[in-house]
Amino acid sequence: MSLSPEQVQQVAHLARLELAPDRVPLYAQQLSNILAMVDQLAGARTEGVAPMAHPLGLTQRLRPDQISESDRRAIYQAHAPAVAEGLYLVPKVIE
Amino acid sequence: MHTLSLTELAAGLRARRFSSRELTQHYLARIAAHDGALNSYVTLTAEQALQQADAADARLARGEGGPLTGIPLAQKDIFCTEGVRTACGSKMLDRFVAPYDATIVRKLHAEAGMPMLGKLNMDEFAMGSSNETSYYGPVKNPWDLARVPGGSSGGSVACVAAGLAPVATATDTGGSIRQPAAFTNLTGIKPTYGRVSRYGMIAFASSLDQAGVVARSAEDAALVLQAMSGFDPLDSTSLEQPVEDYRAALNTPLQGLKIGLPREYFGPGMAAGVRAAVEGAIAELKKLGVSVQEVSLPNAPLSVPTYYVVAPAEASSNLARFDGVRYGHRSESAKNLEELYKKSRGEGFGAEVQRRIMIGTYVLSHGYYDAYYLQAQKVRTLITQDFQRAFAEVDLILSPTTTDVAFRFGDKSDDPVAMYLNDIYTIAANLAGIPALSLPCGFSEGLPVGFQLMGSYFSEARLLNVAHQFQQATDFHRARPAGF
Repeated sequence: MSLSPEQVQQVAHLARLELAPDRVPLYAQQLSNILAMVDQLAGARTEGVAPMAHPLGLTQRLRPDQISESDRRAIYQAHAPAVAEGLYLVPKVIE
Repeated sequence: MHTLSLTELAAGLRARRFSSRELTQHYLARIAAHDGALNSYVTLTAEQALQQADAADARLARGEGGPLTGIPLAQKDIFCTEGVRTACGSKMLDRFVAPYDATIVRKLHAEAGMPMLGKLNMDEFAMGSSNETSYYGPVKNPWDLARVPGGSSGGSVACVAAGLAPVATATDTGGSIRQPAAFTNLTGIKPTYGRVSRYGMIAFASSLDQAGVVARSAEDAALVLQAMSGFDPLDSTSLEQPVEDYRAALNTPLQGLKIGLPREYFGPGMAAGVRAAVEGAIAELKKLGVSVQEVSLPNAPLSVPTYYVVAPAEASSNLARFDGVRYGHRSESAKNLEELYKKSRGEGFGAEVQRRIMIGTYVLSHGYYDAYYLQAQKVRTLITQDFQRAFAEVDLILSPTTTDVAFRFGDKSDDPVAMYLNDIYTIAANLAGIPALSLPCGFSEGLPVGFQLMGSYFSEARLLNVAHQFQQATDFHRARPAGF
């Protein structure tokens, strides 16, 4: 499987990544090489094999449904690029 | 002082031959003198280290504290440290000051009483095998400054190998503890998945990531791993299994131990110097009473392709949190919300991280999920079953850690696939979740060679035991790089 520069741009859009245009052809070539290496998996015989969910076969541990967190909003929002009155600010969404 | 083992340092502290403050100052002076050449530290925490050293001295004076109290340690910059920048090798987190401590940070500093010297350089978000992807520039290998220290835990190994920290934490998603340990003549252990808490460890690939230690001996590694391990309710993948006494197990004789050599790991592709050193290690283990037999891990050759589906898939999901809104880099030039996401991520992530996010997004996207992601998870089951079959026959598995000694800067940085194949011997252990350890076994072209021991789940004590017995009989691990 190889990726064209247009497909790279589409994947970058899905991942919400802006790529410098001059890097797209190199990315296309590198990602194609990686996918070519990954394509070895197609030859593996996996009929009837269950996909791995956990190396030790464990399931998710549950805890009692009780409040265990304290209010740390102010501490966390101190790291945000822009906040006001406890809200995160972003550029205008609706014109 | 910087050539003493952790046990010797602890004895020196208790006998008052030196204080923790003096020891910490000694390391801070060595960092000031030597780290300009290595670039292993990205943040120094001298003031905090000295405060912690004074607290350790007070504990020791009261006759309190444990085997690590007062001995400094450096943290890979992937672990959150409250009030201290935690950048994970990325421009994205260049100004991020963590609002809480990782569990292992709390355990090692607040509980065990180890002063924290600083935060260590690493490949960006732990994605790399050479430390060349760090936003803070590459770390140099103290054995040859023109060569890479390995990655992603490049800062961890360079500082310990050069005596700029007695011991350091590291993490391993596909070999990031073991490959750099092999490149710098250190002992590094990646424990069983879930053995050490991942709480506060910045996520790369959550089903593979595991924290561990790089040290100058198996005994040093055992002491620190002991303090890091154990159940943590804050990590939903943490295991409730009790932790063995690693130090007590170090002296168990190896008589009767069965070690398997997987034929898939000894084929072509290994440098002659590496092969000679690893064969020497096998001969040495036989002298210690170990019996050796061939085993097969038939799906092991599929480890690298499996990993480069699973790890990027998980990374693309984990790194979706970096959106320029809540923390991390935010683009100044975005005109709307979508642009804010795209530009912040385009500017904040380096090329290797972007490649992995795109591969992960692609293999998870509609129409490709079954062929890539689901197939990779099935092959992962096969790889894990191979190990289970092998461990029914033998106690441990031995292989080289790397195909060759440390390579030169720039040798592989333009060719991602060549870089990825570096981890061909280490990745399978992460896919299966088993513990694995790398330790020194000689030199080739004047550069260190390591070999790897892999064990079944929760065999950390056995791995450290075999490594320790090997190090009682050999001197490879005592060699130190010239100039430091």
